[in-house]
Amino acid sequence: MSGIGEAVLRLEGVGKRFGALVANDAIDLSLHRGEVVALLGENGAGKTTLMNILFGHYVADEGRVMLADAAGAWSELPRGSPQAALAAGIGMVHQHFTLAENLTGLENIILGTQAWYSLRLSRREARKRIAALMRRTGLQADLDLPVDRLGVGERQRLEILKALYRKARILVLDEPTAVLTPQEAEGLFAAVRTLAREGLAVLFISHKLGEVLALTDRLVVLRSGRKVADRPTAGADRALIAQLMVGREVDVARPARAEPGRPVLVLDKVGAGQGRGRLSAIDLTIRAGEIVGIAGVSGNGQATLAELVAGLAQPIEGRMDLLGSGAPANPFEAIARGVGRLSEDRHRDGMVAEMSVAENLIMEQRWSKGVQRFGLIRRDAARDAAKVAIAAFDIRCPGAEAPLRLLSGGNIQKLLLARALAGAPRLILANQPTRGLDVGATVEVHARLRRAALEGAGVLLISEDFDELFALSHRIAVMHGGALTPAVAAQSLDVQTIGLAMAGQPGAVFEAAA
Amino acid sequence: MEAFEILLQANFWAAAIRIATPLIFGVIGALICERAGVLNLGIEGIFVAGAMAGWLAVYLGAGLWTGVAIAALVGALFGLLHGLFTVILGLSQHVTGIGITLFATSAAYFGYRVAFPSVTEPPRIMAFQPLDLAALKLIPVIGPALAQQTALTWLAFACVALAALILYRTPLGLAIRAVGDNPASVDAQGLSVAGLRMGALAAGSALMALGGAFLTMSAFNAFFFGMINGRGWVCIALTVFASWRPEKALIGALLFGAFDAYQVRLQTLAGGIVPSQVFLMMPYILSIVALVLVARRADYPRALMKPYIKGER
Repeated sequence: MSGIGEAVLRLEGVGKRFGALVANDAIDLSLHRGEVVALLGENGAGKTTLMNILFGHYVADEGRVMLADAAGAWSELPRGSPQAALAAGIGMVHQHFTLAENLTGLENIILGTQAWYSLRLSRREARKRIAALMRRTGLQADLDLPVDRLGVGERQRLEILKALYRKARILVLDEPTAVLTPQEAEGLFAAVRTLAREGLAVLFISHKLGEVLALTDRLVVLRSGRKVADRPTAGADRALIAQLMVGREVDVARPARAEPGRPVLVLDKVGAGQGRGRLSAIDLTIRAGEIVGIAGVSGNGQATLAELVAGLAQPIEGRMDLLGSGAPANPFEAIARGVGRLSEDRHRDGMVAEMSVAENLIMEQRWSKGVQRFGLIRRDAARDAAKVAIAAFDIRCPGAEAPLRLLSGGNIQKLLLARALAGAPRLILANQPTRGLDVGATVEVHARLRRAALEGAGVLLISEDFDELFALSHRIAVMHGGALTPAVAAQSLDVQTIGLAMAGQPGAVFEAAA
Repeated sequence: MEAFEILLQANFWAAAIRIATPLIFGVIGALICERAGVLNLGIEGIFVAGAMAGWLAVYLGAGLWTGVAIAALVGALFGLLHGLFTVILGLSQHVTGIGITLFATSAAYFGYRVAFPSVTEPPRIMAFQPLDLAALKLIPVIGPALAQQTALTWLAFACVALAALILYRTPLGLAIRAVGDNPASVDAQGLSVAGLRMGALAAGSALMALGGAFLTMSAFNAFFFGMINGRGWVCIALTVFASWRPEKALIGALLFGAFDAYQVRLQTLAGGIVPSQVFLMMPYILSIVALVLVARRADYPRALMKPYIKGER
C-alpha cells in the first residue's frame, strides 16, 4: 500500500502566549496516514511550543487538538496530559533523548508499559514483539546493553522503537539528524519511508533543507508563531523554503565603515575542538574597523571559534594570530591583549546573578590600578565606575549595588557591553549579541558595536539572525559542519544564498571569493 | 593467634550481625531513595524518630509488631515531608535532609522528655527475643550466631531480598531506576516523576525508621539520648560502597558490623597497651578506606540530587 490516507490529526486554531510573546497564533495543521510532513521555521518560530502542546507538556490558550481513532471517529485530545497523548498513539522522539542510561534498551522500551504494581516484569513477550518490529522497520538496536554504552544512532533507533512499541500512529521526529552521521541519517530515512508506507503519519522537524526535500510530502512553515505556508514539497526548492522561513525583505541599509586597518585576527587553516563543535582548517581575517559576521545554525562550530578567540580553546593545527601574537593561553591573556567579549549564553558564562551591578562590571579589571589598591577592591571606585557606565549605556537598574539578577535581559546585555568596551578593546567577540533582547535594546547594542568598529575595533559577530548579520556586517562568512566559507562582502549576498550555505551548499559567490 | 581465634567464635558473629542489622535497614532505605534520585540526609534523624516511636508505642502497651508498624509509619511521614520540600518544591536535598535530621532528632528527644520528665534509668520494655531456631545450630559458627538473632534481623534480611526483587524484577523497580537516572524518560512514558520519588522516599524512610526501632526494640530495649550515634551517616557511606545494589549493601553492612564487633574484642585482648579510642576508630577508618577504593569508580544515579522541573532541559 502506498499513497496518503485519511486524516488522523487536526490542530485547530492552536494559540499559546508566554507573557507578551505570542509563541503560537491560531495554527491549523492536519496530518494524514502515510504522510511525512516537514515542520519548518527559524529558531523561536514556535515549532517546539506547538510540539509541546501536541504532546501535552503545555496547555494551549486557545484552539484544540483533534484525533481520529482507528474507526475514523474524531475526539478532542485531553489538554496537558502526556499520558493521554501517549495513549492516543502520539509518539515523540525528542532532540534530547529521553532514555534512562543505566537501563538496557529493552528496559527503556517497556518502561511504563506494564502495571506498576505487577509482581513480575515480562521481558520475553516484549522481546518477541520488539524483534518483530525491528525486522519490519529495519531499525536495529542492541536490547541488552545499558544505554550509556550505545552510540547516538542506536539510541535514536531505540527512541523510535519505543514509540512504535506503544503502537504510535503519529510519530514526531524533532531534529532527528542533528546528531547523526550521514550514513545513519540515510538509514533513518529508509525506516521513516517504510513506516509511512505502513500508514504511520510522520511529522519531521528539521533545519536541513536537503533532507526535507528528499523525505517529506508536504511542508508547513512557521514564522513568528504563525503558519505562513502549507504546501506540497513537490515543486519547492531550497531557495523558496529559505525565503518562506525568513519571510520579510531584509533591510539592506549598509553601515558606514572606517577604512579597514591592520589585521586584528588571522586564522590560517586552523583546526580546533572535538566532536560536534570541531573546526577543520578554517581561514578568517578580521581587520581593525571591520565587522565580520559568521552565519550558521548554532552547533556547527561557532562555539569553538568563540572559545579560540576568548582563550578557552587552543588550535590543534594551523596558525592563529590575535592582536600581534599567537592564540591566547587563557581568557585573562585574551582580555589583556585587547579582546572584549559578549558570551553566547550571558546568564551562564557572562555574569554572576547574585553579585551587584558594580561587581559584575569590574569583574574583568579587578587587578587594574583603578579599582584595587594593595589587593583590596576599592568599593567607592567600583561604584563610581558603575555609575558612569549606568549613565553612559542607559542601564535601567535600581542602583550600582543592586544584584544583577534584578535587571532585564536587555539591561544586563548593556552592562556586559559596557564591561566589554571598558578596556577599549581592539577585537570584540560578539556572540549572539541580541539573542532574546527586545527591539529597543537590540538597536542600542547594534549602535554600540557599529561605533566601536568606527573607532577602530575589529568585530567578530556570530549570529543566527539574518537581520542582524545584514544590519552590522561588512563581510559575512557561513559556518557549516565545522567548515567556514570565505568571508564575502555583505552587498553581494542575500538571504537565500546564506540560507543555502547554512545548509551546506555554498553558492558561486562564496566559491569565487576563495 | 588469639586475634584470629575470635573469627571462629559464634558469639563474635552474632554480635557482628546484631550490629549490622540497623545498618541493613538504613542502607537499603537510603539506597531506595537514592535510586529514585533523592539523597535523604534526614536518615540520622529518622533513625532517632523511629527508635523513639516504636519503643514508646510498646512502652504504652502496644504489641511489638504494632510498635514496628508505628515506627515505619513515622519514618514514612518524615520521608514525605522531605519529599514535599525536595520533590514537589525542588529545594536543595542537602539542606532539607540536614533540616529533617535536626527536626526529627529534636522532636524525638523533646517527646521523650515530656513523657518522662525525671528518670535516671531509661525505662525498659519487653523487647523482641531471639528466635532460637534449633535447626540452624547444626551449621558450625554461623549457625549458632544466626540462631541468636531476633525476628527483626530476619526482617532486615527479607528486606534486602525484597528490595533486590522489586528493583530488578518488577515494572515498578524499572521505573524507580529510570527516575533516578533520567526523570525525563519516565515523564516521556507517561509515568509520574513526583509520584515515584515520593513513594521511594516514603518506603525508604520507613526502612530507616525500622533501623532505629531495632535498636530500642531488639538491642538496648530502651531509648536514650545519643543512641543513634552516627549510624545513619554510616548508611549513607555504605550506599556508595554498595554501588546502589542491595546485595552489596548487605555485604557492606555485615563487614562494618564485623569490624565493629572485632574491635571490641581486640580491645580486651590488647587492653592497656593501645588506647581504646584507636579501636573505636577502626571501623570508621576502614569504611573510609573502603569507600575511597570503591567510590572512585562509583556510578552515581545520574539524576541524584537534581530536582525535576517539567518542561526544563
